[in-house]
Amino acid sequence: MKRRSKGLVVALILLLTIPAVWATGTKEAAATESNVIKVFGNFRGEEAARFDEVVKIFNEKTGYNVVYEGSPEFETQILIQAEAGTPPDIAALPQPGLMKNFAEKGYLKPLAQSVLDGINSNYAPVWRELGSYDGTTYGVFHRVSAKSYVWYPKKAFEAKGYKVPTTWDELKALEQQIIADGGTPWSIGFEAGNATGWVGTDWIEDLMLRTAGPEVYDKWVNHEIPFDDPAVQKAFSYFGEIIQDPKEVYGGATNILTTSYGDAIKPLFENPPAAYLHRQANFITTFMPEDIQANLADEVGVFALPAIDEQWGVPMLGAGDQYVAFSDKPGVMEFLQFLTTWESCVPLAKAGGALFPHLDQNLADYGNPIEQQMAKMLMEAKVFRFDGSDLMPAEVGAGSFWTGMVDYVSGRDVKTVLSTIEQSWPQ
Amino acid sequence: MLKHTFSDNPKGKVAFYLPFTIVVMVGGFLLLLNNQMSQLPSAVFAIVWGTSSVVLLFYTLNLIAQLFPTKAYNKIIPYVFVGPAMLILLWYLILPTFRSLYLSFFNRNSTAFVGLDNYKFIFTDPNMRTAFRNTLFWLLFGTGLSVFFGLTSALLAERTKIEKLGKTLIFIPMAVSMVGAGVIWKFMYAYKPAGANQTGLLNALMVAFGADPSNWLGTEPTNTIFLIIIFVWIQTGFALVVLAAALKGVPNDILEAGRIDGASEMRILFSIILPSITGSIVTVSTTIMIAALKSFDIVYSMTNGLYGTEVLASQQYKQMFKFLNYGRGSAIAIIILIAVSPVIAYNLKEFGKREVF
Repeated sequence: MKRRSKGLVVALILLLTIPAVWATGTKEAAATESNVIKVFGNFRGEEAARFDEVVKIFNEKTGYNVVYEGSPEFETQILIQAEAGTPPDIAALPQPGLMKNFAEKGYLKPLAQSVLDGINSNYAPVWRELGSYDGTTYGVFHRVSAKSYVWYPKKAFEAKGYKVPTTWDELKALEQQIIADGGTPWSIGFEAGNATGWVGTDWIEDLMLRTAGPEVYDKWVNHEIPFDDPAVQKAFSYFGEIIQDPKEVYGGATNILTTSYGDAIKPLFENPPAAYLHRQANFITTFMPEDIQANLADEVGVFALPAIDEQWGVPMLGAGDQYVAFSDKPGVMEFLQFLTTWESCVPLAKAGGALFPHLDQNLADYGNPIEQQMAKMLMEAKVFRFDGSDLMPAEVGAGSFWTGMVDYVSGRDVKTVLSTIEQSWPQ
Repeated sequence: MLKHTFSDNPKGKVAFYLPFTIVVMVGGFLLLLNNQMSQLPSAVFAIVWGTSSVVLLFYTLNLIAQLFPTKAYNKIIPYVFVGPAMLILLWYLILPTFRSLYLSFFNRNSTAFVGLDNYKFIFTDPNMRTAFRNTLFWLLFGTGLSVFFGLTSALLAERTKIEKLGKTLIFIPMAVSMVGAGVIWKFMYAYKPAGANQTGLLNALMVAFGADPSNWLGTEPTNTIFLIIIFVWIQTGFALVVLAAALKGVPNDILEAGRIDGASEMRILFSIILPSITGSIVTVSTTIMIAALKSFDIVYSMTNGLYGTEVLASQQYKQMFKFLNYGRGSAIAIIILIAVSPVIAYNLKEFGKREVF
């Protein structure tokens, strides 16, 4: 027994020391590992591979070792990592609220002057505001999405002699014309699993920008006016004109609720089209049938959702990840500064599915004419606002606003819907 | 016991092993804490360190216990071996429970005491009221139907030639996860507008018989029943297996005696079979009840609580992890705990009384 227990001790010591020796062996590797600048975000797969192209350019130029890692559980993990004191060096935060939360707790490093110079010279002021908290700028925007686009099946649309509307009245007239021809104007789909309803919140935000303007929009998002304010009711009434009329929307209200947001584009490409118009962000091209995607420029047309009140031009609603620094390691600020340059956008622009706010962008770098057109609309918009539901507290922006949209489409009256959302706003 | 195998200096042994164990446990922990190793070596190290620490810990604790006289040793030793497990249970289960209770009296980020406000919210919020109503539906229909179908199929399967096949088919859904079942059943209930190709089985049947397709999951309050059907589909297999085993235990001579006395099959069922398997029925019911109270996956994956399908567990998840309202989330968790407690207590009592399974 005694001998055996001694043997046990020897074995244990051996087992314990082997990895330690191994570790010292890898120390050299660990030393270079401390040069690694970790970037953490929620995009993965193809999108991550495209971002790696951007990272590669930077690494080759500077000799730093930036590494991107994506996780589907990003939102939860970044919270845990930040609280535990083991954050990545750089994170791509999808919600400005998350940045403010981290900045308030002092986790984030303010951007260096070189990065600020890049932002000031190459971005519209709204992007710096979106990346700032309490007067200090923490976030850099890179790839963004814009949402105020209306898509149509180009061939069928032109064959019917329809014209792209440039005002709200022209849009309404076009809807009537389509109905008169026996067609259906809109296809809308709300279903998105546990995020069902967000498509509706985008609609309302777009309509708020067009009926009430950016200042009221900001007040609404910050809860300086109540959620059941008459201005919001007005925006809902514009949406109601569409969704409450079964002639206006393919399949009527029930179909809006049960159709997934990615499938809602498909009726446009049936023969003849089951619907002619679809309002959705630039990403929707990836949900189009493959033969359409292969021939995007010929098959698909896009225009910005027209203005309702001309004084704000054609506003653009959008969103995007902002890159923030958790550490001031050498190279971190250089990388963020690199993101403010058009050079860092070119690989993504070529690959498609991405738009950029960079003022010095070269439209010719976008992979196809549709994206050039969308980038142009984004650059020309006088008013740009961030997706409001992403700015509201989660109870509303990822809760009662979504469910409220579902209730509204299900037929609940607008007053009840709005007061329910208003009550859910955390004090 | 083991004590007699050690004749040589036990104190010296303790003097060696106790510091050694402490050094290994603390040292390994500190090493992992400021980890410099890359992934694979640190994983290997963690496994080796973890298992050997446990071995060392029990070995040393046993050595220490052996310093006591045999009588005391025999008294101490169960606690020595159960103790670490109890401590871990305390740390991971009991403390969090009390922490939830504590947090349920605080605001969303646990910075200010709010008294019973969170509980007031739970009992006044319209969404929560729907959740209570639906959880009650889940308890009644989910449990009732599962046990009913489980018992019926157990009784019927016994009398058929395809007993094994039938039981297997009913039992298979047990192997499907709740979320997986949700995905499958989405296709059952899928809705497309009239005129379009129906991808959902149920609506395809409706259209085939000339009716209009219906949005099964979007129509309150029947949609909750449609969700419960999925739960029943899964749980019937469990009820079937347990009850079928219990049926085999009903003595044949009593059944034969009943038949000779001229009792009808129905009479035999209600006067002999059911009374003799009451214990199993109760156990199955309570187990399924607990599952129904916690049911969250199906609601989460099918409707996410929309169209009035919210249940307590889905509300708890939303408040806690989506809205990051720790106060309300904890309060709902406490309510669920209180609701489950009597069922668990009863179950434990039954487990103690007889060997049920």
